[in-house]
Amino acid sequence: MAGFDKRVSSYEEAMEGIESGMTVLAGGFGLCGIPENLIAEIKRRKVKDLTVVSNNCGVDGFGLGLLLEDRQIRKILASYVGENALFEQQMLNDEIEVVLTPQGSLAEKMRAGGAGIPAFFTATGYGTPIGEGKEVREFNGRPHILEEAITGDFAIVKGWKADRYGNVMYRHTAQNFNPMVATAGRITVVEVEEIVEPGDLEPSQIHTPGIYVDRLIQGSFEKRIEKRTVRS
Amino acid sequence: MALTREQMAQRVARELEDGFYVNLGIGIPTLVANYIPDGMDVMLQSENGLLGMGRYPTEDEVDPDMINAGKQTVTARPGAAIFSSAESFAMIRGGHVDLTVLGAFEVDQNGNIASWMIPGKLIKGMGGAMDLVAGAENIICTMTHASKHGESKLLEQCNLPLTGAGCINRVLTDLAYLEIKDGAFILKERAPGVSVEEIVEKTAGKLIVPDHVPEMTFVEG
Repeated sequence: MAGFDKRVSSYEEAMEGIESGMTVLAGGFGLCGIPENLIAEIKRRKVKDLTVVSNNCGVDGFGLGLLLEDRQIRKILASYVGENALFEQQMLNDEIEVVLTPQGSLAEKMRAGGAGIPAFFTATGYGTPIGEGKEVREFNGRPHILEEAITGDFAIVKGWKADRYGNVMYRHTAQNFNPMVATAGRITVVEVEEIVEPGDLEPSQIHTPGIYVDRLIQGSFEKRIEKRTVRS
Repeated sequence: MALTREQMAQRVARELEDGFYVNLGIGIPTLVANYIPDGMDVMLQSENGLLGMGRYPTEDEVDPDMINAGKQTVTARPGAAIFSSAESFAMIRGGHVDLTVLGAFEVDQNGNIASWMIPGKLIKGMGGAMDLVAGAENIICTMTHASKHGESKLLEQCNLPLTGAGCINRVLTDLAYLEIKDGAFILKERAPGVSVEEIVEKTAGKLIVPDHVPEMTFVEG
């Protein structure tokens, strides 16, 4: 690695330094835009007691669902976790702690975390179980709750194209949580479908500027579809 | 007769206006997209980061990087925009979406909504529902008026944990179209063949019944 070149040569190197007990932020919505190879590398490393922050928790046998198989996740912050039998079972057995978080608050918590904003007020969740125990303040005559930012030890991100300097573009709705996740990791690892030379990407079209990215690797992706729906 | 799911979607569609940005929840709200009147242009927002959701893809068009908030494969229509989750919820929480349609388990006379959690049953999560109800000024709740056992879902006070407090002002049930104002449901329309008496009987919350309650009409087919 030299200068701004963020490339690493293997998935092992990409996830070097991950340890049991760490917090991992993961991009993706459902199975769309998930860092599937980085998740597989975490499984291979057998680290345990992870706190995972992700909108969802994959499905049985794919995505973050892989990390449930060896009970590597102790706690998860997510907005929706319904698609996964193993998850259900571990939740009912109290083997995994689930902190359900409204989707917009989850995105904003990571955006704030990456932007150095420790907390923010939002109307979302006021008067619901999510607001219980949180500071309330009125703005414009309406009660808001204080939500704290989220940062992680590792952020794992799936991009489409990146240049060697770690400037990343996402493809279609595979963008979702990835840009916020990328800003909020102490170590941010991005896997992409194609790495190009600096100058090949239009600067104004970059979604995640390279300053947020620590490690970059090119992979191949299964891109499993959760709900294939077609018109006749 | 109680409204069918399709009739409920048809009735909600009458609240659309040309140039509206609209977020449709899962279930009956999704069907509303099938009844957008001809000549009216409506842009559908999907909270995973798509403004301008198009039709479902053909087999050839299926793209794993192109899904909606229900995780179904979709297409983007001409003039669509795609963005991050933070951007998506900025438009939702910032009140930029013109109309939100979503389902509910219970609604009460103070505009509280419960739609995500039944204690004792498996809890999957609220997804974007809490952001949507807190952020939108203009929400239509679609739901059945009463449970299979005849228990009202339009209550004085919600029994289930809330999704949002004081944020619902319009409800379409299979029996009636109602507004919520000043701590009461106001009966605006009734389903074809459904009597005011039946609606009164199945509404547990405070209900104001005007002298004349028009019957909804639907075009056959």
